[in-house]
Amino acid sequence: MPLGRWALRGLALAAALALCVVLPSTLDQYKLYVMSLTLVYAILAIGLNLTLGYAGQISLCHAAFMAFGSYAVAILGQHGVPFEIGLVIGVTLAFGWGLVLGFPALKVKHHYLAMVTLGFNIIVFLVLRNWESLTGGSFGISNVARPAWGSLSFKSDRAYYFYILAWAAVVVASAYWILTSRWGRAFRAIRENEMRAEVVGVSLMNYKLMAFAVGAAYAGMGGALFAPLLGYIDPGAYTLDRSIQFLMMVVLGGLGRFEGPFIGALVVTVLPEVLRGSEGLYLIIYALAVILMMLFMPKGLVGLWDLAWRSSRSVISPSTSSASPR
Amino acid sequence: MALLEIRNLTKHFFRLSALSRVSLSVEPGELLGLIGPNGSGKTTLFNCVTGVLRPSDGQVFFRGEDITGRNADAVYQRGIARTFQLIQLFPEMTVLENMLVSAQEKKGRLFARLLRREEVEETTRALALLEFLGIAGLKDGLASNLSYGQQKLLDFGMALMSEPQVILLDEPMAGVNPAMIKNLIGHILELNARGYTFVVIEHNMEVVMSLCRRIVVLSQGERIAEGTPAEIADNPLVLDAYFGR
Repeated sequence: MPLGRWALRGLALAAALALCVVLPSTLDQYKLYVMSLTLVYAILAIGLNLTLGYAGQISLCHAAFMAFGSYAVAILGQHGVPFEIGLVIGVTLAFGWGLVLGFPALKVKHHYLAMVTLGFNIIVFLVLRNWESLTGGSFGISNVARPAWGSLSFKSDRAYYFYILAWAAVVVASAYWILTSRWGRAFRAIRENEMRAEVVGVSLMNYKLMAFAVGAAYAGMGGALFAPLLGYIDPGAYTLDRSIQFLMMVVLGGLGRFEGPFIGALVVTVLPEVLRGSEGLYLIIYALAVILMMLFMPKGLVGLWDLAWRSSRSVISPSTSSASPR
Repeated sequence: MALLEIRNLTKHFFRLSALSRVSLSVEPGELLGLIGPNGSGKTTLFNCVTGVLRPSDGQVFFRGEDITGRNADAVYQRGIARTFQLIQLFPEMTVLENMLVSAQEKKGRLFARLLRREEVEETTRALALLEFLGIAGLKDGLASNLSYGQQKLLDFGMALMSEPQVILLDEPMAGVNPAMIKNLIGHILELNARGYTFVVIEHNMEVVMSLCRRIVVLSQGERIAEGTPAEIADNPLVLDAYFGR
């Protein structure tokens, strides 16, 4: 009976939303910053989950897509262009470059595709560092303005948090819509069995390009929201390391699961902060925790929830095979 | 006019010739058998027709249109569906989702497919087909949880989802238990009576004889015989191909 599962999901969503709205009023400035950052990362991870988790196309350049959003907002902001216009341009740029990166995916797969995307991330990083007249080079761009609508300004940390939250809601809703439409089924079909997908009429070209472009567009949006959160940007924020961090979020959360990116972003952002108290040990503990989670939870943290759900169901009807739609 | 016409189809794998100048035509409403020893090129022929492989030479016409070398999705959208000898499903998707994927690309442009226009109609049709095949009760289970026979039925159902004009069945009975075979033969005959055209690769001669009125025989990539089941059974070339001299 899938109804119980959906009811639970709805409850979880409502609880998460309530938490996102209520919690900030109790947090100090730094914790609020970490929470804002988690939301931004969740948006990026949703994009990567669409590309990698659903469509099965490995991408190691989400930080590069993110950079298009950040730099569009920062550079245009310097010339007094409103934040939202910068965001739209950044997202469009990321979408366009996502399309471009989709083309190699038509030819190569798996680790070869990983190499192509990895190379792209390095190129973007080098361009950001060396095109000083546009990007400010290694020093980057400081004083990235936060959005303001006339007298309504999102300059305070709390107001900007809610601004991010609103965009995150848009991202979640649109991603949910896409992934439960025919596109979502086509993405998963390609991931599951590319040849069979093509034989039942799924155009590999269309959907692979879209998987990259839409995933990149979300990354661009995350990047656009990221820049004003920190207030300054420099190429160091868009390295391969960052791309791998996003990969970790998606894999830790649960590949191809809708809830995965939220849990992954939360763990990867908050866990290092929690462990900071342990002085120099925190990196070791963090790395160890990640290794152990991967070893014992290959399906990600969402897999744990599945396990709990299944065992609670099996008490009632042992034969129910839990088919998780996404 | 033949519904599907194959002219001098040739496929080389490096220097190995898997198909050489095979011609055959399939008439509308026909139930054509395609037989031959292992490695005679039957599946390669299907692969070349459906766009899974690109033929080295020769042409494929479907309803008069040259579809040689088209991508598999384009061939499918024109109305040629197939099943697989080695089952090919989407294992981590539900039975119903496997069916829905197989229908969705027939209609609408890429961005229109983001809307949920045909969702209800397609679901209804998928459920009716699953009912027809007797696996409707499993619709919410993962495809990977099906038994072998059930997977074969789902593979068959997926081929039917797009309402194709020709269905190429690649050993639909292989590894299926005798009760299920009877069942499947019944389904194929019923669909054929409704106007679906079939080309069937099958090793089980009893099945071929009971299904097909015309049979084409391949051996070592070449077409060596064609005729009614009785003619094929008496053809010395065919006996040679199967048993050797």
